[in-house]
Amino acid sequence: MSVARQDFTERLWGSFKRPEGPEPSRRKAFAREHIPAWIAIALGFLAWLITLPPFLVRTWIPSLILGLIAFTLALSTLYGGEKRYGAWAMIAALGGTAGAYGATRSGVANLEAVVVWGALMAAMLRYATPLTFAALGGLVSERSGVVNIALEGMMLMGAFFAAWGADKSDSWLIGILVGVLSGMALASIHAVFAVSLRADQIVVGTALNFIALGLTGYLYVDIYGDQGTPDNLPQVPELKLPTDSLGFIGEAISNLNLLVWGSLLAVLLVWLYVFRTTRGLRLRAVGENPRAVETVGIDVFKIRYLAVIASGGLAALGGAFLSIGFVHSFGENMTAGRGFIALAAMIFGRWRPWATLGATLLFGFSSALAQRLPEFSEQAATLFQALPYVLTLIAVAGLVGRSTPPAADGVPYQRESG
Amino acid sequence: MSTDATPAPGGAPAGPAGGGGATVGARLTETLREGGPLVPVITVLLAFLAGGVVVALTGHDPLATYKAVFEGSGLNWLLPWVTGEDRDVAATNLQQTLIITAPLILVSLAVGYAFRAGLFNIGGTGQYIAGSVIAVWIGSTMAGLPGWLHIVLAMVGATLAGAVWGGISGGLRATTGANEVITTIMLNYIARWVAIFLFGLGGPLQNSAQPDVPVSNDVVNDAKLPVFWGDPELQGLHIGIFVALAAAVVYWVLLNRSKKGFEARAVGFNPEAARYSGIAVGKTYFLVMATCGALAGLAGSLDVLGWQFRIATNDVQATELGFLGIAVALLGRNRAFGTCVAALLFGALLSGTSVRNLDPSVFPPELAQNLTRIIQGLVVLIVSADVLIAMVFKRVRRRREGAPVGAAPAEVTV
Repeated sequence: MSVARQDFTERLWGSFKRPEGPEPSRRKAFAREHIPAWIAIALGFLAWLITLPPFLVRTWIPSLILGLIAFTLALSTLYGGEKRYGAWAMIAALGGTAGAYGATRSGVANLEAVVVWGALMAAMLRYATPLTFAALGGLVSERSGVVNIALEGMMLMGAFFAAWGADKSDSWLIGILVGVLSGMALASIHAVFAVSLRADQIVVGTALNFIALGLTGYLYVDIYGDQGTPDNLPQVPELKLPTDSLGFIGEAISNLNLLVWGSLLAVLLVWLYVFRTTRGLRLRAVGENPRAVETVGIDVFKIRYLAVIASGGLAALGGAFLSIGFVHSFGENMTAGRGFIALAAMIFGRWRPWATLGATLLFGFSSALAQRLPEFSEQAATLFQALPYVLTLIAVAGLVGRSTPPAADGVPYQRESG
Repeated sequence: MSTDATPAPGGAPAGPAGGGGATVGARLTETLREGGPLVPVITVLLAFLAGGVVVALTGHDPLATYKAVFEGSGLNWLLPWVTGEDRDVAATNLQQTLIITAPLILVSLAVGYAFRAGLFNIGGTGQYIAGSVIAVWIGSTMAGLPGWLHIVLAMVGATLAGAVWGGISGGLRATTGANEVITTIMLNYIARWVAIFLFGLGGPLQNSAQPDVPVSNDVVNDAKLPVFWGDPELQGLHIGIFVALAAAVVYWVLLNRSKKGFEARAVGFNPEAARYSGIAVGKTYFLVMATCGALAGLAGSLDVLGWQFRIATNDVQATELGFLGIAVALLGRNRAFGTCVAALLFGALLSGTSVRNLDPSVFPPELAQNLTRIIQGLVVLIVSADVLIAMVFKRVRRRREGAPVGAAPAEVTV
């Protein structure tokens, strides 16, 4: 497979081969050869931005010029052999110019109705939060070498049981706790089958998604019937900040749910844990080469169990935010595929916390925009909903940079007998 | 079946002992061969038992529930002592069951064929949607055509659309190595949103007579599949079931008696070995996924031309057929006959728990539909523990053959 992939890449990018010289460092985002690409990306965005409120340039000539400069920079990056950065720069240049053209062709009133930056940013953060929690869960699990396609089911468990727990105990905190525990319970089943019984992880995950969907739907209908969850469901409080005067960013963050901040904190914590601690190193090592880890006396099974269960807790937290932080009720199948988008965000973010956050914010932004676009064009809004999936398809296809999973991801570990 | 590459007898327990053969399909085909037809029966019984526990725990009567579901599915028509009016009701219910069974067989074969080639096709839903969109488009236009030609055209179009949708995943897997699980999931959602765009308000294929209803145009009368059992006005059984059964026969021939099928199985068993023996693995991936997509796309055309006749955006959002196909394929062990039986079981469950067929005084249909999902999940979960099942059966077999149990290579977990 890797041979086929290499052949294809060469065929596709053959003419853009980097000239002789040392391999560029992959880790440094701001290496010298990447600067033109970053400028091109910035210019592409700028080209689009100047046609939107509050700037509202009504002719697309300036955007075209900016776009052309960005295009040239992108081309030069491609010829320099930096395929990934060059491709992104190219997308930014073309997309920015196209967006600018579209914006200059639509009415000012429409633009001002759709593009309210403060509200858009706040909505972006809200839509991104459940995805961020779940994607972090997926990241922890897959870094340990267990594919977790049951994120969807774990979110759904979290969403239902958080609502149920909050309703029964009259406390949102206990609701969250119950929700997280339910996600962990489902994850424990995943761990038993995927780690101990070495069942196929994707098949188990699919099974758990069915079970979570059926179980939450069953209990919901049985407990709440036609009435739905009560209106006075305890809610996770909003955190009010006196930042309204600080421009649109201030507006965006002045009134956000506690769990939105929690998700950002979770990114920081997961990053610190996975990439800056010894235990995190072990976790990643188990995902890359479990046998080597075991030879130095570390328990592979234990690490995988803990990672999968933690993953369930994180995903359930995202579900809990949905039901008692965002929508304030529970409905059957309310996650509606968000677990799969989270999975996509994690792949898009290349199994790294900050890049994953970037992906969830991007997906959150496209949801926020899709929610506001119907005032402008119903059909455009519908097509916009498909954007995260198309982007992910492009990302996994490796056409724009390659997403390489942990080496032992999805491979059940078997101890050597004897 | 004897042409299957079997592992060395007494070798490692199910699953790859390291090395390159670690594909889903290899593990499944290898282990599911253990144990004969008894394993799926045990699986189903266990799943129903666990589902019954859920029913009992929430204060309902499991036996009465299952009996009502059984009667709702119309399978009691097969019992000779059901007569009179009961028999007529049963016949109507059985027609509904078989209407659901037909596309389910096709979607499940689409999952099963991919499994045999070591691929996991979660994209049945997207391929089904692609097929049904094209079927409704062809079926609702070209009104002048003769009926049979119109039907064939719509079916072929749907099959091709599904093949394209599946082929994208296969092609990406072959050229870039993109994991087909991820790409098929993404293509499901893309198909879904594109269909909602097409049939949504103001969409290009939205109903021309009712501009404020998000639904497609109706399939013209000539392009509807003929009904051969029951009243055509009351959604009698259309001939789609024969199309599905014919596809199952083709599936068996393709898989077991053709070169392409052999290559698919070889790739599924061990892609590296297949490559060394001269099989074009990438091309096989593409062809297999395109074939799977074709089967699922055909399923879409059966529903559209057989009983739906139009697609609303709600239908597109609600379809779970592709996921159901995974459970059916796993239960039917990716084989033609097994898949048909498993599809009948799940078709019966679906129609038996539908609002239309289940007696609400015995058990609320809304609950029963979720019960179906639980049972479905449990079936997949139990089948997934291939090692467990294989281990049990190896032990039993060894004991029967008189070999010491201790010699069984079944030290799976510690």
